[in-house]
Amino acid sequence: MNAWFLLVRRDLRLGIRQGGDAALVIAFFFLAAILFPLGVGPEPQILARIAPGILWVTALLAALLSLDRLFLADYEDGSLEALALTPLSLEAQVLAKAFAHWLGTGLPLTAIAPLLALLLHLDGAGYVALVVGMALGTPSLSLIGAVGAALTLGARRSVLLSLLVLPLYIPVLIFGVGAIEAAVAGLTARPHLLLLLALLLAAIPLAPIAAAAALRQALE
Amino acid sequence: MPNSEIPLFTGSDLACRRGEKLVFADLSFALARGGALLLQGPNGSGKSSLLRLMSGLGRPETGHLSWGGAAIADDPAAYRSRLIFVGHLDAIKPTLTAEETLAFWAGMRGTSDRVTEALAHFSLNRFASLPCRLLSAGERKRLSLARLIASPGELWLLDEPTSGLDAAAESALLRAIASHRARGGAIAVATHAALELPGATAISLPDYAQRENAGRLA
Repeated sequence: MNAWFLLVRRDLRLGIRQGGDAALVIAFFFLAAILFPLGVGPEPQILARIAPGILWVTALLAALLSLDRLFLADYEDGSLEALALTPLSLEAQVLAKAFAHWLGTGLPLTAIAPLLALLLHLDGAGYVALVVGMALGTPSLSLIGAVGAALTLGARRSVLLSLLVLPLYIPVLIFGVGAIEAAVAGLTARPHLLLLLALLLAAIPLAPIAAAAALRQALE
Repeated sequence: MPNSEIPLFTGSDLACRRGEKLVFADLSFALARGGALLLQGPNGSGKSSLLRLMSGLGRPETGHLSWGGAAIADDPAAYRSRLIFVGHLDAIKPTLTAEETLAFWAGMRGTSDRVTEALAHFSLNRFASLPCRLLSAGERKRLSLARLIASPGELWLLDEPTSGLDAAAESALLRAIASHRARGGAIAVATHAALELPGATAISLPDYAQRENAGRLA
C-alpha cells in the first residue's frame, strides 16, 4: 500500500515539475469550449442547448491529450521495466498511475467545468449534474485511457490511441450529457449518474487487468 | 566467501527466441549463495535476453528457471522482491533529484533508510538535491547502480554495469559486489569488460544464429 502511494506521489510530482500537463489540459479545455460560441454565434438559447455536449466532448478530448504519455515516458527511459520488477503488482501500478492521471487532469477539469458552463449559459438546474457527472465520469476516462495507452505502447502513434479510446468513451459521454439534460428538463439525473458510477465500478478492476496484460506484452 | 554447494538459482535447458530467430538454446546454469555468473559473448548473442529471462520479464521458449527449488513463475511477486535488475536504460527522470530518484526506487521495494549510504558509496552526495538532468552519463550510471545498495536484494542482475564508469566508480561497484556476495547474495553480470569477479562461473554465449545457419546449409 505504501508503495502504491509512493507511485502516485511520484507521478504527480513528475506531472507538476515537467511543466504541468494539468495546466495544458485545462487551457485546452478552456480554449476548445470557448471556440463554440465563436463558431455557432453568441445566442444564449443555442449555447444553452448545446452546452452539455460541448462540455463533455471537450472534456473527453482534453483527458485524451496527456494519455499517450501515461506509460510512454516510463517505457522509453526504462522506468516501466524497473517498475514491473518491483514487488507491487502491475495491476496495482496501473491503478496508481491512472489515479495520478485523474488527479492531474480529471479533477481540474471537474473543478473548472462550472465556470465554462457559465460562459455557455447552461441552465442553472444542470450544474449539480454536471459536476457530479464529471466527478464520476472522468476517473473512468483515465482508467479506460490507460488500457489504450498500454496497448499502443509499442506503436508510437498517438492518433492510434485516440481511435482506440474514443469509441470506448461513448458510454461516459452519453450518460454524462444525459444527466445534465435530464436535470435541465426538470427530471431526475439519478439514473444517469448511477450508470456513470456503474461504469466506474466496472473500470476500476477491469481496466488495470487489461492494461497490465498489455504492458507485460510490451515489456517481453 | 561462503559458497555452499546447494544451488540457489538454477536454469535448465533454456532457449530464447526473438521473432523468428533462435537466440540461444540448451543453456543451463546453477548459481549458489555468494556465487557469480559472468555472461560473455559477442553483440547479439543473447546476454541481455538471458538476463531478461532471469528477471522474469521475458519468458523462455523452453526450459525453466527456479529459485530455491521452486519455479520463479509460481510466485512472481516474491521472486521480484528478491532481485534487482540494472539494465541499459537507467530509469532516471530528468526533473527528479538524485535523492528522490533513489528514495523512490528503494521505497517501491519497502526500504528507505539506506539512500544516503547508497549515494555516498557511489560518491553522489553532492548531487543529492540536484535534478538528474544536470548529471553526466557516468553519474547517471552511478545513480542507477546505487539502487543496488539502497534496497536489499538477494539476486543482482547487471547488464553492462561498467560502461561509462571511471576507475573509481568501477572499484566502488566491485566493492559493492564483493560485500553483496560475502553476505550470501548472488549476481549475474553481462559484460564485455574484464571484470574481476573471483570464483565467477563464466557462460560464453555462442553466436547461435550463425551456428543454426551453418546447420541449415549442411
